[in-house]
Amino acid sequence: MNVLQFTDNGIYCPAGDFYIDPWKPVKRAVITHAHADHARWGNEYYLCENASVPLLRLRLGNDISVQGVAYGETIFFNGVKVSLHPAGHMIGSAQIRVEQNGEVWVASGDYKPEHDGLSAPFEPLRCHTFITESTFGLPIYRWAPQQQLFDNITQWIYENQQAGKASVLLAYSLGKAQRLLYHLKDKADHFLVHGAIAIPHDVLLQEGWPLPPVERITPETPKSAFKNAVIIAPPSAEDNAWMRRFHPYALGICSGWMQVRGNMRRRNADAGFALSDHADWPGLLEAVTATGAEQVYVTHGFSSVFARYLSEKGINAREVTTSYGDEEMITNPEN
Amino acid sequence: MQQFAQLVKLLSNSTKTNEKLEALSRYFATAPAKDKSWVLALFSGRRPKRTVNSTQLKNWCMQATAISGWLFDECYHTVGDLAETIALLLPPGTTPLAAPLHYWLEQLQQLEKADESTKQSFILNAWNALDSGERFVFNKLITGGFRIGLSQKMMVNALAKTYDIEPATLSHMISGNWDPRNVTIEALLHQHTTGADASRPYPFYLAYALEGAPDALGAEKDWQAEWKWDGIRGQIIKRERQLFVWSRGDELITEKFPEFTPLLAMLPDGTVLDGEILTFANGLPLPFQTLQTRIGRKNVTRKQLQEAPVIFLSYDLLEWEGADIREKPLAERRALLIQLVQQTGMSVLQLSPEIDFDNWEQLTLLRGQSRDKGSEGLMLKKKSAPYQVGRKRGDWWKWKIDPLTIDAVMIYAQKGHGRRSNLYTDYTFAVKDGEQLVPFTKAYSGLTDKEITEVDNWIKRHSLEKFGPVRTVQPELVFEIAFEGIASSNRHKSGVALRFPRINRWRKDKPAAEINTLEDLKELLRINGNNPGA
Ligand SMILES: [Zn+2]
Ligand SMILES: [Zn+2]
Repeated sequence: MNVLQFTDNGIYCPAGDFYIDPWKPVKRAVITHAHADHARWGNEYYLCENASVPLLRLRLGNDISVQGVAYGETIFFNGVKVSLHPAGHMIGSAQIRVEQNGEVWVASGDYKPEHDGLSAPFEPLRCHTFITESTFGLPIYRWAPQQQLFDNITQWIYENQQAGKASVLLAYSLGKAQRLLYHLKDKADHFLVHGAIAIPHDVLLQEGWPLPPVERITPETPKSAFKNAVIIAPPSAEDNAWMRRFHPYALGICSGWMQVRGNMRRRNADAGFALSDHADWPGLLEAVTATGAEQVYVTHGFSSVFARYLSEKGINAREVTTSYGDEEMITNPEN
Repeated sequence: MQQFAQLVKLLSNSTKTNEKLEALSRYFATAPAKDKSWVLALFSGRRPKRTVNSTQLKNWCMQATAISGWLFDECYHTVGDLAETIALLLPPGTTPLAAPLHYWLEQLQQLEKADESTKQSFILNAWNALDSGERFVFNKLITGGFRIGLSQKMMVNALAKTYDIEPATLSHMISGNWDPRNVTIEALLHQHTTGADASRPYPFYLAYALEGAPDALGAEKDWQAEWKWDGIRGQIIKRERQLFVWSRGDELITEKFPEFTPLLAMLPDGTVLDGEILTFANGLPLPFQTLQTRIGRKNVTRKQLQEAPVIFLSYDLLEWEGADIREKPLAERRALLIQLVQQTGMSVLQLSPEIDFDNWEQLTLLRGQSRDKGSEGLMLKKKSAPYQVGRKRGDWWKWKIDPLTIDAVMIYAQKGHGRRSNLYTDYTFAVKDGEQLVPFTKAYSGLTDKEITEVDNWIKRHSLEKFGPVRTVQPELVFEIAFEGIASSNRHKSGVALRFPRINRWRKDKPAAEINTLEDLKELLRINGNNPGA
């Protein structure tokens, strides 16, 4: 019997009787990270990395039964050895390492090899079987170094300010928004944010994360506050009457999908920054190679392409269907 | 090249005409002279000769990146543009070279007689010297088709602003045959300008759509009715022994339609005609698609002239014997027009016929025959009215026929190109034939951006199979397909071909079990078929 299996409820460990990121309610869930498609509602018990606990409570309610563990700490489920290791995707994100009778499987969840300054840096793990995401599993996705991207964003903000415009940056509220704030913290006097970003921000500040203070935008915020301001909002705020009051402003979208020009034009943005919390193509290849895995399962993203490519490289790779983020996730703001 | 790449980026990202205009005039004010001539040439349909083709680019990119054919194709289907795909696949360059646009274009021109390996090493070196944004435009210069929302009209307006010359005058100055390699913009714009005034068209008078019955317009005898055709609205001008053809988009298109050249000898000086450019064969208009083959290109091939010959169907006379007669009533202008067309006696210049009718009921019945004539419906014009400027209510009405419609289910989906390159926007539809589904048409437009995103999302969740770029989807989503005509066709499995099919609306209220049948389509064919336009 395989250490992990793909079932209708999610990735299951029969010997340990637990699921990893289940998409239907189960008894015991080990959670890679706090994004909605990985941490779902209705499980009886949750296990996640310590930093994820407050985020899980925020998203799923204070009454969930959740246990936090530190990266690298070992716990046993019916003798199956489980440990969580940094995935570099967002605060608290983890790869799940499962070892049974010396056979090691690793489920990556979402990950990125580049250190973003906030989340614990991605840790390559040796294993026999690796379950990898493939959100950006096409060779057209090769990210510029983040320093360059943040320089471009800073430059764009300055240009907007010179033109008397506010800069509205759309970034997913959990993960991307904090990464932006962390890297731009010395580039602006202060930041105005949408409520969806202010809420997790407060939680993370309480937890002691090194983030700059932000001002939450409310109906009472005076229009003068928006002049030349840096505003961070979730992608759902686009096309929304909420943005109208910022005029004049320029709109910038921070997402890996901005790598392709058509996507940016479709969204009517003034600027697109291909800033992603997922591995790019070289990153995926590097991660898979570093595991030394004989067997690779490819989940959400360009899974069939990436699996086929790995197979051609002599790695036993297969595509698996999961309920994690939709393929190509154009409309999914997380990436 | 950097400056040009920036310009292209700004033009393609911006949705605001003002911003684009500003960026263009800034470009024309600051770019090197030779670059400007090239930009003007590129965006006025004077593409340089192709010295390298798309297949070569693709192959050299695959070699340079060690990417196999299927993987390249996957990337291409996701990006939707070859030039961009290649720019994204190449690793960062190692030997940057800051050369201007004209340098690269002239180098490319010199490759014309070079052998394959010389071409290849030039391209590989160029890729290595350019950054990703520059590579994209470099590749685009080779593959052609900058679809960056820049019309010739906009460029003319930007130049007009930079050089303070009237747009119509400027259009004339940049028309004709010139080579960007040895002509500067300044030289073009300092020609003596008398000819430009001679070419100037009148603003077009545009009709509003008639909603409801024509009874409200008053007495039948006050109105003139004509068939409405789907061609290119244009003006033919003969002044100072020169002939000019203008489109409604304020584009001087004289060179695209050499058929009209003989009119130079036949029309009297001081004549301006308003009418429709139509592709025409055996006394009937051809589908608009054939006309489209004539629009896209600067130089017309002999083959195109044979396959898509055009005529000018005139319906108004705006200038006669050098005098502006737009204030005269239509009836008077029409009388002069009839006389002129008869005198000219050439088959390329025809008269839009007046439809005989005694009362509105009779005209309503006649309108029902529009489709048989390959027409879109009727035009109603008040006989006593002057020729007005722009879209004005009251004197001219278009009274289009309703499209034919059928409810069908989506069975295949394919990604779009350009702005929608990562979305499934091209759909194939089927009707029922017993238990079977028979595909009968593709249709693209007609959904809102929001609906497209919703359908796209649905497609990604409900795919059954994938063949290259095409996905087979569960036959569940029902759409109302509208079209202008139907004809029998043995090239299609369904046995019918539609004219101008498009999505009218998404029928979320209708289950797939209730879509129309092949029999329904054939019934439509029996009633509406033999339309010459289909
Ligand atoms: Zn995630
Ligand atoms: Zn995910």
